[in-house]
Amino acid sequence: MSRALTPSQTIGPFYFGTVVNAYRHDLAPAGVAGERIEIALTLHDADGAIVPDGLLEIWQANSHGRYNHPEDRRNLPLDAGFEGYGRASTDTRGCARFGTVKPGRVPWPGGGLQAAHVNVSVFARGVLNRLATRLYFDGDPALAEDPALNLVEPERRATLIAKRDATGVWRLPLYLGGPNETVFFDC
Amino acid sequence: MNEETYRRPAAGQHHPANRSPDYKSTVSRSPSKPAIVLPHTLSEITGPLLRAERLDAGENDLTRRRMGEPLGERIVVHGRVLDEDGKPVPEALVEIWQCNAAGRYHHPGDQHDAPLDPNFYGGGRARAGTDGTYRFITIKPGAYPWKNHYNAWRPAHIHFSLFGPAFATRLITQMYFPQDPLLAFDPIYNSVPEGARPRLQAAFDMDATQPEWALAYRFDIVLRGRNATPMENT
Repeated sequence: MSRALTPSQTIGPFYFGTVVNAYRHDLAPAGVAGERIEIALTLHDADGAIVPDGLLEIWQANSHGRYNHPEDRRNLPLDAGFEGYGRASTDTRGCARFGTVKPGRVPWPGGGLQAAHVNVSVFARGVLNRLATRLYFDGDPALAEDPALNLVEPERRATLIAKRDATGVWRLPLYLGGPNETVFFDC
Repeated sequence: MNEETYRRPAAGQHHPANRSPDYKSTVSRSPSKPAIVLPHTLSEITGPLLRAERLDAGENDLTRRRMGEPLGERIVVHGRVLDEDGKPVPEALVEIWQCNAAGRYHHPGDQHDAPLDPNFYGGGRARAGTDGTYRFITIKPGAYPWKNHYNAWRPAHIHFSLFGPAFATRLITQMYFPQDPLLAFDPIYNSVPEGARPRLQAAFDMDATQPEWALAYRFDIVLRGRNATPMENT
């Protein structure tokens, strides 16, 4: 019997006390294969003001390019202890940090590979639907051929590409609107 | 490669518009450009299942997380996690959070002049069964004022968070109570297209009440279904 979708609603401002039990900003315990990276996402509203009450989630493949999920049936290694899921609240400076490993590349349905990327979900008071975006890595030679990036107007692609700061942290500001509005995907 | 994809919800029939100006916070927190339609790749058809996440016994009973019993009307909230074909989403992790019976969240940002209940924290988790069924025991949350507009009150609600089988199925929503007179005045509830609003109301469920102990409400959650015909690739 067909059923109609349950509509989305905002996460609201007061989720902290509950979902904090399931926070995980460190995705990769010692021993997980791959290049260790730190990601810092900062959330801004359309006026550029920081959003200190947002919740960010990430989902990614492991360093071999394998998702820890039954739909990924490729013969690539899974890493014990690495699910590929992270969740963190933005802090008073609008920043959420994750420690993880750099994901490997995964295939595109029509053939070829996607550039390494991390899938990002944004929730906040005033955000009625989950906003989905991606984080790519600056300097990756595969960016030019990434089929998802190539769906985006060239002048907006930079909103999806994290840059490495002087301390080695991959930083990506996310803008919910305004002149630097992040590219969000209908996925 | 032969990958299944998820159906895309018809615009304007299920979910709220991102910009819903009666809910004032949306104005500066909603993208102005349309989302770019992304084909479903492995990144979208996989997602966190959190099967390794160990739930403590009793995490689904919000009335027994502290030393004593919370004040308020004890209720059972139960239902099924389904997809659009009515098939159960097995072993889905369901997270809920809510305010107490007086309308106050156990959260430092909530400054509403209503008492905190030392015996009510307001958060719970449950793992759905293989048939998609889940069950919580909690107390009925109160209504509370907020600053969206003059004399604004949120109808009583319980927040729900679900992952479903894929990144594409992630959903956060709110469950409301049937025939709540505040629903007509709530811009968050009314951000949803009119025909879809009743889906956010739980049903009073006499059959699931527990005599001498608790009333019951039923709330089924429907996540995106898969396309009937898998997409053929190469």
